[in-house]
Amino acid sequence: MTTTAARTRARSSWRVIDIIIASVLGVATGLIFWVWNSLGFAWTTAMDALTPGFGGLALGIWLLGGVIGGLVIRKPGAAIFVEVLAAAVSALLGNQWGIETLYHGIAQGIGAELVFAAFAYRRFTLPVAMLAGAGASVGNFLVSLFTSANIAKSLAFNSIYLTCGVISGVILAGLLGHWLVKALAGTGALDRFAAGRKRV
Amino acid sequence: MTALVEARGLGWRHASRVDPALENISLRLERGEKVLLTGRSGAGKSTLLAALAGLLGDEEDGDQTGTLTIDGTVGMVLQDPDSQVIASRVGDDVAFGCENLRIPREEIWPRVRRALDLVGLDLPLDHPTRHLSGGQKQRLALAGVIAMGADLILLDEPTANLDPVGQREVVEAVTAVAAETDATLFVVEHRPQLWVPLMDRFLHLDEDGLHESTAAGLPAPPVLPAARGVAPGTPPLVSARDLQTIWGPPRTLDLPQGASTVITGPNGAGKSTLALTLAGLLDPVGGELTYAEELRQGLRKSPHAWSSRQLAQRVGYVFQDPEHQFVARTVAEEMAVSGGPQERIDELLHRLRLTHLAEANPFTLSGGEKRRLSVATALVNAPALLVLDEPTFGQDPTTFVELVGMVRELTDRGVTVASITHDELYAHALGDHLVEVR
Amino acid sequence: MNLLAGINPVTRILALILLTTPLLLSVDIVSAAVALGFTLLAAPLCGVSWGRLLRRGWPILMAAPLAAVPMALYGRPEGETYLHFLLIHVTDNSLQLAAAIFVRVLAVGLPVVVLSADVDPTDLGDGLAQVLHLPARFVLGAVAATRLVSLFRDDLDSMRRARRARGIADQGRIRHFLTLAFGLLVLSLRRGTKLATAMEARGFNRVAEHGRTWARESTLSGRDGVVMSVCLVASVAAIGIAVAVGSFRFLGVA
Repeated sequence: MTTTAARTRARSSWRVIDIIIASVLGVATGLIFWVWNSLGFAWTTAMDALTPGFGGLALGIWLLGGVIGGLVIRKPGAAIFVEVLAAAVSALLGNQWGIETLYHGIAQGIGAELVFAAFAYRRFTLPVAMLAGAGASVGNFLVSLFTSANIAKSLAFNSIYLTCGVISGVILAGLLGHWLVKALAGTGALDRFAAGRKRV
Repeated sequence: MTALVEARGLGWRHASRVDPALENISLRLERGEKVLLTGRSGAGKSTLLAALAGLLGDEEDGDQTGTLTIDGTVGMVLQDPDSQVIASRVGDDVAFGCENLRIPREEIWPRVRRALDLVGLDLPLDHPTRHLSGGQKQRLALAGVIAMGADLILLDEPTANLDPVGQREVVEAVTAVAAETDATLFVVEHRPQLWVPLMDRFLHLDEDGLHESTAAGLPAPPVLPAARGVAPGTPPLVSARDLQTIWGPPRTLDLPQGASTVITGPNGAGKSTLALTLAGLLDPVGGELTYAEELRQGLRKSPHAWSSRQLAQRVGYVFQDPEHQFVARTVAEEMAVSGGPQERIDELLHRLRLTHLAEANPFTLSGGEKRRLSVATALVNAPALLVLDEPTFGQDPTTFVELVGMVRELTDRGVTVASITHDELYAHALGDHLVEVR
Repeated sequence: MNLLAGINPVTRILALILLTTPLLLSVDIVSAAVALGFTLLAAPLCGVSWGRLLRRGWPILMAAPLAAVPMALYGRPEGETYLHFLLIHVTDNSLQLAAAIFVRVLAVGLPVVVLSADVDPTDLGDGLAQVLHLPARFVLGAVAATRLVSLFRDDLDSMRRARRARGIADQGRIRHFLTLAFGLLVLSLRRGTKLATAMEARGFNRVAEHGRTWARESTLSGRDGVVMSVCLVASVAAIGIAVAVGSFRFLGVA
């Protein structure tokens, strides 16, 4: 027997629509990653081959999942879920990094998640998005120390890689991600989310 | 014996709208009843169903007033066949609801098999759902609801987006379900005639609320004046000779100027492909397609080579699914997309009764309103040719009559119209020139 | 013959993790070579001929040298210097690391080709939820979204036509592509919203409080255990041999 008068729910618990939309964002972002793999990869490795660490500038696209997930769903775990799902999809579609992709996804997702958590999941402005992008790139830097053995590369390389990565995270994930969410909200496709209704 | 459903003073307002969709609704449904709900498009029928199904959302989505008590499991079949396919295999899709209700595994597959048999879907359990027709998808959803053992089965215009064959399949399936189980049926429909033999209670929803009604009180199918036929010697606006599209045999046909042509034919014959090719949206593979000067308005190349802007000014196309052609955030923006003059936009919004929805998101409109908007957007540039693909899909009788009236008005003004339809009444009223595609 | 036939999809992922993760502990050519050798030997036994490995694995074959070069140029300088220019510092150490990372990229990447063939999302989802006990709602959401997004191929045509019919399709190639991609994303989101309603209409919203049962059982059998053990043994052996031979270099720095 169910009687419904009014329904309240903890702000942090996930509705079905949250899960499905987060999943769609994750899968779609995974597709974007997969496409970017061929382009961005060429850049990264070319740059990495020629310059110390400037390959990090292409990094940002791979950090989009966490940023967008957090901005749209606005609940704990969103950034991690979307980024990991995106990484898993791009890995399953086939890329050159295999299982490392998954580890990257987890680390990058956590990086973005920590930023949203730091703002208590209440602020989703452009600066927050950019910080989340930066956080994700730090996650990437840390995990790459192991997966790409960056820890065995020179200090100069790593400092430049980290800096470029953070810049890329801020712009290609933070700025672009924020803009993308705004554009999606503009179509009304996110009307069941706060991101789609209010102005942030 | 408690009622299955008891609603008192139920009301609901969407978060993004000002006016409530439902106000002060009181309803009592007993077990085993078979109820038909009719009402104008936009009256709140879908909202009521959503409330019964527990799908209205929480306070993020809107405000609820009043109470609603349901003593049993509820399952709902939605209007759009494509959007309720959940799994990629038939068996898994039907089993989904059972899994959510924590039915033990040993019981699930027998239920799935029984449900599929009941709705007449004689398919292997691993048949891909992608390959199902519209009618089959609706029956699949119904099977999923039955397998759950739903006490209350809600059906939201289940035949609206189906061709006549699909409609019959669904009605037969629901009739079989009613006979075999004692689930309560609550059906919302615009085509009540199909359902009358099955129902034992009739309700009507309008601005004043929910009313009891009778079978006799059901709206009769509209009576429309017959089509006019084409005056001999009318030149064709579009002429196809052995036109070979990417699907089907070469075809020869004319679209007489200023008349309404109706294209009919069985499913899968290639009507949509033909219409798209005639409208310059699909490249033909062979044969000849000639546009009269009234349509070309100075352009020389074949229509498939025209820029989209040039095409939009000459040919308007109304797609089968209005949502496929919406690109903007509000109705007003949607009309402004193709860059027509503002007076024309205002006039169209007024004629199609959409002015009060100018700031609404096109995707939140009711089915009838979406259809009117899709026609309005195609007319913004005052095209000489208007092509409509199944314009009456999912429409209530009022919109249907309006649409027919509008098309007739357009032909009176000299616009050439071509429609693809399954609907006999539409063909009867607007079939000045009939083309059958096989 | 295919030793992997009939294993749980989850086993493929776990096997991949077990086979390749330990290799990440060291940047040395011995461990990488042993693991790579194992993969090359095992591939034909798992239904992936060397030809297929080459065809599907070519991105990895390209990635290997492209990963080695930065290591050669920017690896920590130790030993004899061969080239020193600005920040580029090619030394014994960096060359050794470069060779090792070259082989390691192959060793870590090629098993994916072998293990990731033909995974059905629904079966994978069943495994993730029932075997690994990942949260059911999220796994099901991911599976449903995968199916939904894969419909985009059908939508591409109707979207192109709709844009052309509305008069807004005259743009440059790139802009057109981006607009379409955006449109597809929007379409997927709208479909997702409707799908969420449909799933709730079949009781999905109850799963959070009550859990759910599974119509298709996903279990691990003996074969799964064997596959995973073999992979673990292979990677541990690779590391072990490297340690025994003295070539083990923890993360490439020790």
